Amino acid sequence: MIPSDTERAPTELEALLPWYAAGTLRRRDRQRIEEALRSDADLARQVDLVREEFSETIHFNETLGAPPPRVLDRLMASIDAETDAARKRAPGAVAGWLTGFFANLSPRTMAVAASFAMLAISLQAFMLVDIFTKPQNEISGYGLSVEHRNGTFAMVRFARQASAGEITNFLQNYQATLVDGPTPGGLYRVRLAMTSLAKEELAHIVQRMRKERIVETAEADE
Amino acid sequence: MAMQAPADEALIGRIARGDRLAMQVLFARHHVRIYRYVLRLLRDEMAAEDVIGDVFLDVWRQANRFEGRSAVSTWLIAIARFKALSLLRKRREVGLDEETAEAIEETSDDPELAVTKQDKGEKLRKCLALLSREHREVIDLVYYHEKSVEEVAQIVGIPENTVKTRMFYARKKLGDLCRMAGIDRGWP
Repeated sequence: MIPSDTERAPTELEALLPWYAAGTLRRRDRQRIEEALRSDADLARQVDLVREEFSETIHFNETLGAPPPRVLDRLMASIDAETDAARKRAPGAVAGWLTGFFANLSPRTMAVAASFAMLAISLQAFMLVDIFTKPQNEISGYGLSVEHRNGTFAMVRFARQASAGEITNFLQNYQATLVDGPTPGGLYRVRLAMTSLAKEELAHIVQRMRKERIVETAEADE
Repeated sequence: MAMQAPADEALIGRIARGDRLAMQVLFARHHVRIYRYVLRLLRDEMAAEDVIGDVFLDVWRQANRFEGRSAVSTWLIAIARFKALSLLRKRREVGLDEETAEAIEETSDDPELAVTKQDKGEKLRKCLALLSREHREVIDLVYYHEKSVEEVAQIVGIPENTVKTRMFYARKKLGDLCRMAGIDRGWP
């Protein structure tokens, strides 16, 4: 029985009734309430009141309306602005550009693009195997890309033990393309971006490349 | 076969990787409820719009820090609450929002004036609007946002027992307001 004193603290079960009505109570507590409801008429009356409040609270909130579409527009504009700023600040600007580019593609376009990318990577891996399995004098000047002039480049010599798979991964990680080589000194020309990157940025990328296990030397090719 | 919508947690993972589409899906799923929650705290539509924009921008920035210890909706409400209360505090500090602040701190002493001839449901809803900020917040979280005792405690930052007693006294205050507005619910 619930005491009639209005200043009293709630009983344990009484305090849980709102969650019972909302269906968000733990199973054990719900069972305790259901059991008590069978014999406690006051508690049952409280449940009716709680259900009334529950339903009117939902009704009340539903009448509050919704924010206008401009909120999403402003949010996405802020996100774009932040993404652009981060991309400009990031040392791997190419990677940032690619992230933004892929983010804007629809899933279907992504699927098609991914298929082409897989094909291109397989082709490049195949060509790398070809390069590394041919004698040096036969493969000098082996061109892997038609366009060699525009963009930002580096000259890289890979370690002798580097496998074709490792070099493919390396190129993927740097979003780079092998465009020429090897030179008589065993250097390969690698394109890092289709556009001209800032000197500092290029230096930073080259610096990172030099720390790679499979790279013997790396220099900016300006 | 119907396509299953990705779970909120999966969306957060995608957002952490910079997926704008996932951000839009999460926004579509939660923005109305978050807006209403903030609106009930601030009582200012323009400010509520700004706050939810900030909430979701924070989600974009901090998605990689979400550890999944609570439901995503609880996390969103907690961010929204922090931002709304910060805004209220700032407004009070610069004295720009005395009217709102008073409305939040003080419950109307005369609901009979505010509540005219309406049916019982309408009167009850009017009384819900007259509750103090703390009381209407706990009622909204439990009834509208369907948050458990633990989740409310997490969002509001108070012990679970305090959540239960606060809810009880919020209901009691609602009963008092209803009685003053001419509805005798037989409790308290």
